[in-house]
Amino acid sequence: MTGAPAGGSRRGTAVRGGARSRRTGGAAPALLLVPALVGLAFLLVPLLGLVLRAPWGELPARLASPEVLGALRLSLVCATAATALSLLLGVPLAWLLARSTFPGKRLVRALVTVPLVLPPVVGGVALLLVFGRRGLVGEHLHEWFGVSLPFTTGAVVLAETFVAMPFLVVSVEGALRAADVRLDEAAATLGASRWVTFRRVTLPLVAPGVAAGAVLAWTRALGEFGATITFAGNFPGRTQTMPLAVYLAMESNPEAAIVLSLVLLLVSVAVLALLRERWMGGASR
Amino acid sequence: MTLSADIRVTRAGDFTLSAAVSAPPGTVLALLGPNGAGKSTVLRVLAGLLPLDAGRVVLDGTVHDDPSSGVLTPPERRPVGVVFQDYLLFPHLTALDNVAFGPRCRGLSRGRSRQVAQEWLDRVGLGDLAGRRPRRLSGGQAQRVALARALATEPRLLLLDEPLAALDAGTRMRVRSELRRHLDDFGGVAVLVTHDPLDAMVLADQVVVLEEGRVVQRGAPREIANRPASRYVADLVGVNLVPGRGLGGDRVAVDGGALTLPDAPVGEVLVALPPAALRLRATPPPEEERAWPVRVVGLESQVDRVLVSVEGPPDLRVSLPTGAIADLGVRVDARFWVEPRAEEAVVYPRPVVDGPTSPLG
Amino acid sequence: MAVALVSGLAVASCSVPDQDATQVGDTSRSAVVFAAASLTEVLTELGAEFERSHPGTSIDFHFGASSALAQQIVAGAPADVFASASPEPVDQVVDLDLVAEPPVVFAANRLQIAVPPGNPGEVTGLADFADPDKVIALCAPEVPCGAAAREVFALAGVDAQPDTYERDVRATLTKVRLGEVDAALVYRTDVLAAGEDVRGVDFPEAGRVVNEYPLAVLSEASDADLASAFADHLRSPTAEDVLRTAGFDVP
Repeated sequence: MTGAPAGGSRRGTAVRGGARSRRTGGAAPALLLVPALVGLAFLLVPLLGLVLRAPWGELPARLASPEVLGALRLSLVCATAATALSLLLGVPLAWLLARSTFPGKRLVRALVTVPLVLPPVVGGVALLLVFGRRGLVGEHLHEWFGVSLPFTTGAVVLAETFVAMPFLVVSVEGALRAADVRLDEAAATLGASRWVTFRRVTLPLVAPGVAAGAVLAWTRALGEFGATITFAGNFPGRTQTMPLAVYLAMESNPEAAIVLSLVLLLVSVAVLALLRERWMGGASR
Repeated sequence: MTLSADIRVTRAGDFTLSAAVSAPPGTVLALLGPNGAGKSTVLRVLAGLLPLDAGRVVLDGTVHDDPSSGVLTPPERRPVGVVFQDYLLFPHLTALDNVAFGPRCRGLSRGRSRQVAQEWLDRVGLGDLAGRRPRRLSGGQAQRVALARALATEPRLLLLDEPLAALDAGTRMRVRSELRRHLDDFGGVAVLVTHDPLDAMVLADQVVVLEEGRVVQRGAPREIANRPASRYVADLVGVNLVPGRGLGGDRVAVDGGALTLPDAPVGEVLVALPPAALRLRATPPPEEERAWPVRVVGLESQVDRVLVSVEGPPDLRVSLPTGAIADLGVRVDARFWVEPRAEEAVVYPRPVVDGPTSPLG
Repeated sequence: MAVALVSGLAVASCSVPDQDATQVGDTSRSAVVFAAASLTEVLTELGAEFERSHPGTSIDFHFGASSALAQQIVAGAPADVFASASPEPVDQVVDLDLVAEPPVVFAANRLQIAVPPGNPGEVTGLADFADPDKVIALCAPEVPCGAAAREVFALAGVDAQPDTYERDVRATLTKVRLGEVDAALVYRTDVLAAGEDVRGVDFPEAGRVVNEYPLAVLSEASDADLASAFADHLRSPTAEDVLRTAGFDVP
């Protein structure tokens, strides 16, 4: 059980190492190196500010408090659920955009990216107008099934999916465009229906793109604030995710807000590092 | 398995393909032609990857594509296997799973598919490499896996798109003879696309020559080699082709002179002259009209002979023993007379080019 | 007193072009006012009026949450006047000696129940906030209207059952406006400002928890005279009318 994957990953490492040494034969030109380092600093220095200003002594107590743990748990659960929902809906959507032709496709592709540029708060209001108690769809949900989405954990997941799914769609569509369509044809000549082709050929081929898209979507969902607080409201344990808790803590106790931000940061970095390890192991097998 | 297809496709631009292809069971049919002639388009139509604009595709009496009646069988439901030009093995699957893919899709259990796949890999001599991913297979190995994958679905029509083109010369020779063996065992119709006449000669029972979307010649390989119908085919098989006019009484008028050829038909003819059937003379022969005055434009060494290109009319290639080059003083720009040996020339009526209205064979 | 200052300002305003000949036009003097978001409408109106009656001046506003504004002032934001929606943010600024004079209360606000038109939840008083079947929005306890709401519920002995703690008054009101909640507790001024979209329901305990709006001229003011003049303007009879019309109490 442990032997085969270990051998596989060794092989994978060797292959990657070879590729790296070939690519970085010379020194990086200054024209690239300088902006690269400035860019890196620009991204990392604000983070450093948080780390330096954080009252580290408070960290253990904060982490142990049920409110923080609740918000953290809710954040992780909702971001993961939103990612799952994004995968379920976004991968087929990406396939449609990459592999089929229909009138107005350019427009649809542009519309899919709208949530990327829409201020999240506006997105939240839009969701309320559709899924709210008096919304286009929500009204009937409320009337017929007695279901009211706003102020529920489900609403958090929906809000996060709304802002996160475009990242997944864009990433997966790119991967699909890069994948060789002729392999799909090869599968068809072997008797594979379009669904089987998608499941057994297309999807495994674009798996790295799907994984990258899922990570983007997950991180975006984890940090989601505007659409969530607008559509789902803010109630501890039910709809108060970490970013909401951070925002409100900022009102009364900025230092606590910094600690909460760091907690969110550390947890997300840890999760991503862990997943990366998993994927790397899986990819090289 | 009988293949009968009348293929008419118009592609973007002004390219139209119009070709009738048919073959009885057990035939290996080679589609020979230059790049862009429409060979691969024929394969795509037969595989169901490209719908016809007009015409029909019939396999064993079953219509698979007929725009006039709206019949179109998708590729996954045709009894067809394809070996693609660059094989298109699934990079994420092992050789075994690549070959097992077809049987699995055609309804066999997972275990049984793998068993079938292993048998096929054994047959193409790659049983040991079942666990390898395609990127760790050599070109020849990948070609054989692709062949096994196509055959594992037990197709009745096997399509091979330039199956040897991606291989280096040495591998190609070996794989070609192996392929011949597998094609001999294959009971259905195999259609092989190639631009290499040697592939056609070694592998095919029937050759169809396509040029610019039209069939310019069809027949047995030997027939194609001996009686090329176009300059392209003549160049491919290395024969000089001289158009002429049969005047009756064994006389054939050609550009730059006349020939006496036994049994020459009357009317438009083609005269095929193998390079070895021509002789270079420093002086005109006694019967001057039986030879052409020419100028040497090129020399090319070929094992123990030299191929001399001369400019006429007509332009010809003459094969001489290496020693004769020195004896005659052959060099570029030197002037000679070319005298054909009539007994080695083949004269035949100029074939009528296959049109869209030609009946199915 | 106010009149004297204003006339002094008029003199000063005339003298400015003499001091700096390049500075021409009628916006040669300006003051930046940091003000609580709930003051947006009234202060914009009063600012425009001030600019009309004092040609050559410009009052620029920066509206936001009072606590955030206080942090920005502490961090060195170029503010001349600070009008907060509660005393605590001003206290932060006072503690750091950043005010020119002690802050004064120029307005007060009280809570009111906000319901959507037609009052679908049939909310009549604070007691309805304890009904778990009603959808209720409150301001988060971290922001002033939430703190005030908590106080009111304590006084009334009501155990409120909110469905959401909104980040500020406006977000709370949006929920009412869209009909997503049956009732919310916000300031009376907000209910009035929302017009037709929101109805207000008064309750007796509201008068016992009054939210005071302190005003401070900051010591770092670039134009202390203009800043003081505008601060005084906010306490003039004209301002009192505007404030009362908007639903504020004036001390």
